[in-house]
Amino acid sequence: MSSLLNVSSSPHIRQSDNTTGIMLDVLISLLPATVFGIVLFGYRAAILIAVCVASCLVFEFLARKLFKNQGSLLDLSAAVTGLLIALNLPPRFPVWMAIIGCFAAIVVVKQMFGGLGHNFVNPAIAARIILLISFPTHMTTYHEPFNTDAITTATPLGMEECYLSVKELLFGLHGGSIGETSVIMLAIGGIYLIIRRVISPTIPLSFIGSVGVLTLILSGNLSDAIFAMLTGGVFLGAIFMATDYVTSPTTTLGKIIFGIGCGVITVIIRSGAAAEGVSFAIIFMNLLVPHIDGITVRKPFGWEAKKQ
Amino acid sequence: MSNKERILSPAGNIRGGTYLPHNKNTSKCESVVIPAPERVIIPLRQHIGAACEPTVQKGDTVYVGTKIGDIDRLVSAPIHSSVSGTVEKIEAIPMPDGSVCDAVFILSDGNMTPDPSIKPPTIKTKDDLITAARECGLVGLGGAGFPTHVKFRIKDDVHLDTLIVNGAECEPYITADERCCLENFNDVLEGVYLIKEILGIDKVVIAIENNKEEAIQKLYSIASDARDEDDTVKVMRLKAKYPQGAEKVIIYSTVKRKVPLGKLPSDVGCIVMNVSSVAALYKYITTGMPLVSRRLTVDGTAINEPKNLIVPIGTTLKEVLSYCKMGENEPTRIIMGGPMMGTSVPNTDYVITKTNNAVLAFYESTLPETTPCIRCGRCAAACPMKLNPASIEQALNAGATEKYKKLYADYCMECGSCAVGCPARRPLVQVMRTAKKEIRRING
Repeated sequence: MSSLLNVSSSPHIRQSDNTTGIMLDVLISLLPATVFGIVLFGYRAAILIAVCVASCLVFEFLARKLFKNQGSLLDLSAAVTGLLIALNLPPRFPVWMAIIGCFAAIVVVKQMFGGLGHNFVNPAIAARIILLISFPTHMTTYHEPFNTDAITTATPLGMEECYLSVKELLFGLHGGSIGETSVIMLAIGGIYLIIRRVISPTIPLSFIGSVGVLTLILSGNLSDAIFAMLTGGVFLGAIFMATDYVTSPTTTLGKIIFGIGCGVITVIIRSGAAAEGVSFAIIFMNLLVPHIDGITVRKPFGWEAKKQ
Repeated sequence: MSNKERILSPAGNIRGGTYLPHNKNTSKCESVVIPAPERVIIPLRQHIGAACEPTVQKGDTVYVGTKIGDIDRLVSAPIHSSVSGTVEKIEAIPMPDGSVCDAVFILSDGNMTPDPSIKPPTIKTKDDLITAARECGLVGLGGAGFPTHVKFRIKDDVHLDTLIVNGAECEPYITADERCCLENFNDVLEGVYLIKEILGIDKVVIAIENNKEEAIQKLYSIASDARDEDDTVKVMRLKAKYPQGAEKVIIYSTVKRKVPLGKLPSDVGCIVMNVSSVAALYKYITTGMPLVSRRLTVDGTAINEPKNLIVPIGTTLKEVLSYCKMGENEPTRIIMGGPMMGTSVPNTDYVITKTNNAVLAFYESTLPETTPCIRCGRCAAACPMKLNPASIEQALNAGATEKYKKLYADYCMECGSCAVGCPARRPLVQVMRTAKKEIRRING
């Protein structure tokens, strides 16, 4: 053996999972909701999705070069952000506005803070909030399903009196953002992520659960509680945005605190008339993650109280 | 009661850990004794503790089992010649861990003549057993290399209730302990009863992972031996979950006790011995032949015919590999020990020591590319010590020593469970080693 062998620190074997695989799983899990959104809202939704994904990838490529950040386009994290932004937009949202949202998410929130793994809030949530504040009318103009003409309708949460049945809410045959309407499609994606061990069910369950429980306590009405859980993007937010690794706690206890925090803030914001509870709740809890991590450090195996 | 019911289930199940592909390709491969190598190079430190001073000089004639190194220090173990021949020189050699150690070069005469002065010791008391373990040069053969006689020196006021015989062998590929159970069964059997009796231990748990059913059934006959009248010797079938064989983990799995940081198993009433160590001790007691050879597994993607070999200590890797049919291309990575905790070496001039349970050769050419941490938390979930390696890495990179001390970095046992499952391929074990070193430096 003439040449030197490769040496490195142990371990010398690695499991095959990588970041790209995880992001691909997230994309796959969003497929049911995406396809359903396109079927429901037509080609305009498809265009919006394509534009968001593409512009996120372009911004990621350029910004990463500019800021010399680590990472690669192939890790697909920008594609996930793009898809999530699109699913959070009304179907006929102007394309140029969506591109601004993607710019905000990828360039400002993600790459300017160091790229993948360094953003302190979820880029897709931040984009949604920035667009909502910048273009409030467009962000709240919704459309009837199966009707490409602009017939505006309020989302169930925005209605004075909701006439939709639980069944209609579950299937999502109503107005809303492209990807938020069908609870069933979102749940299928969530179950896929849990089975693939990409996410643990802790955050979604504590988030959705606390929205339901708190609404039940406040209203004393079970149907109100069910309605609160099934509308306003709770499922989309709880399964796909609150579980973002970078901006959620790593310990189980931390995840429970985070999930309940999201749920409680959602209900509080909603009680003050604004329909936009989920996004603000998640972004607020995102900011608390370092502190939640700080107070939930686990005691190591064999830890003794008196020694410390 | 049937056999199966008599085999115990684990008493505890540690959080974390990881399920790895076992790759126990050699579990059916009977060990082959390799012929005397032309030359052996025997390092004078093959254990935790003080290095030995050479007790031979250049030109001395030695036999198999002749003591060639010793030192009058508590934590140390003597070293013996593994071949018969002539001492060529005593010179420093590099060790796999990066240190340098004096080694005795012995030119073999090819006869493997045992030292005529060796004779079996008589074991009547605890002190006899301690002396025997020391003179045998026995150290923990599972990999840690803690001198066994030190383990036996228990203060009189400490009562050990359980002897845990560790046959978990949780590292992938390695089957040396498994083969020991099958091939040196009698040594294990007699060794267990001897140690139990001399040290006055109440009960014995022989713990082994459930991927070694043949060995489990074989070991069961130890538990059903006629001497075990009061039924205090048991075999336990452990879940095959890495790092099941780590001392703290196996103590929790078998008796559900937690060994605190910086404490020893004896502080929780246990003594843990590797099956191979038990067998080696008994072999010394019956024959007087100290620890001069080592059973090891040779495997990996670059080995066409994986094998178990019995190799004289001090044999070079080059020589060991020459007894196995290699693949067509030359390997690009060679590991001494298991793939999880073993050390990769830059060339094949390194030598087999007492604690070396495997030599693995792989083709894998480059390290996987590292990507940014996405805080997925898999490292923390896999850590059997319940640490958060990702946070510790972050604190280390920021130079925040106080922070990673508060994250309990010093509890890490470097098992590698965190790094093996990291989707970003971060070098977490390296990070933990650096953090531990830094904490030690600051604590003084």
